[in-house]
Amino acid sequence: MTLMSEVGQKAFNLGVPLAVHMDVTYRCNERCVHCYLDHDDHGELTTAEIKDTLDQMAEAGVFFLTLSGGEVFMRRDFFEIVEYARRLMFNVKIKTNAVMIHEAEARRLRELDVDTIQISIYSHRAEVHDAITKLPHSFERSVKAIRFLREQGLRVTIANVLMTVNSSDHMAVQKLAVELDAHYTLDPTITPMMDGGTDVLALRIPGEELTGVFQNPALVGNQEEFCAPPQPPSEKDLEGYSCSAGHSFCYISPYGDVFPCVQFPLPTGNIRQQKFLDIWNFSPQMKEVRSVQAKDLTVCSSCTHVTSCTRCPGLAYLEGSMRGPSTADCEKSFYRTGVPTANMLRQGLSKPRSTSGNGARLIQIRPLEMTAIEMPQIEIPPDTGMPVPFS
Amino acid sequence: MPENCIYIARSSAIAARALAGEMMVMNSADSTFFTLNEVATAIFQAADGHTPLRDIVRDRVCGQFEVDLEQAQADAEQFVTELSSHGILIMSNEPMASETP
Repeated sequence: MTLMSEVGQKAFNLGVPLAVHMDVTYRCNERCVHCYLDHDDHGELTTAEIKDTLDQMAEAGVFFLTLSGGEVFMRRDFFEIVEYARRLMFNVKIKTNAVMIHEAEARRLRELDVDTIQISIYSHRAEVHDAITKLPHSFERSVKAIRFLREQGLRVTIANVLMTVNSSDHMAVQKLAVELDAHYTLDPTITPMMDGGTDVLALRIPGEELTGVFQNPALVGNQEEFCAPPQPPSEKDLEGYSCSAGHSFCYISPYGDVFPCVQFPLPTGNIRQQKFLDIWNFSPQMKEVRSVQAKDLTVCSSCTHVTSCTRCPGLAYLEGSMRGPSTADCEKSFYRTGVPTANMLRQGLSKPRSTSGNGARLIQIRPLEMTAIEMPQIEIPPDTGMPVPFS
Repeated sequence: MPENCIYIARSSAIAARALAGEMMVMNSADSTFFTLNEVATAIFQAADGHTPLRDIVRDRVCGQFEVDLEQAQADAEQFVTELSSHGILIMSNEPMASETP
């Protein structure tokens, strides 16, 4: 176990919010075809409110802070926010399309010792990238920004979302990342729209094409190990938890709503109405998320993939139950290993049903409807006896 | 560097946070990651650039952890030298302004 893993496990066991993803705006200068956000401003947190939230998060033990959007540079106070976060000694990672980053901005980010800047690049072909972002010359501007950032010695990660319209380009984007001396990540996840619309799911690549991705050693490392058939779960495995959402990680929207994860739209509180740590410690929704162990999963607890599946409780929640299966992850498990999942078997399927758009409207991000939460008088001691999470 | 006039300051390039009494420290320049034990954390937190290391050891270490001053001073010098080599702390013979981003 690496030192970083040990620290992550310690935070998980103690219930410390080690990492927070904070979207500072949903506004954006691009209109990506797969984006799930509503880009209007419905009352973003002010600079002062964000600074106050950062103070609270530092006090609560947050170390890793991801600032994202929307496009973060749509906020005129963005550098002020980053500067404040760095004064509080957060490890800051920024997700951006980078089209507003020029030499001066790159230099400032270096001065602020930002850890990593993650930039979305969809294709090595400008016409394909620009057609996805719907912003002319966005490819040229983003790539230029990557060069500025690298010249400053900053770490850059190219994030390549894989979808039907760019599925043949990922190898070339990976090559581009090498040329630019940037890291590369690939993500085939397409999320339903904030308003519940599922049309964007039609952009998900067909499951059969995932096999090619999973069998590419340049992407997955040891392919034999990565695609190995799952091992039967032990009793200890069934005591484990899905992921760090709500345990040592959470998400804060530009309006102050707190969720277990950016991909888990269950409102747990709003920092305009409650202290961050009160939401984290006492929100009934957060407590419920924390309570779900592998043995509690309605279908997946009997699935042979339960210990190795990337099952996302947020995507499962979007399908109707945080304890249910996440069909997109069932699909990945099947195409990674060739072994059917319990979710497929119960439906009598020999291969997964496509998770592309089916017209159904799903539960989605909504503003929090506040209900009074009874506040205990005594601080709850951290539980140090939690079993190891299984992913 | 004379042992009795060492000043230490935290680098502005680092991220740091306490977790259950131990300090997590990461240098953004090379992503080196450390956790400091309770004694090291006490020294790190007192690294304000203008308090001599000897005073920090006397007040923050010997005062709280019941250790011999000379031994603690030697260990502390070794510790700050190592963290300095990783860009976590800055050492000087003169008082310094504490770095901020």
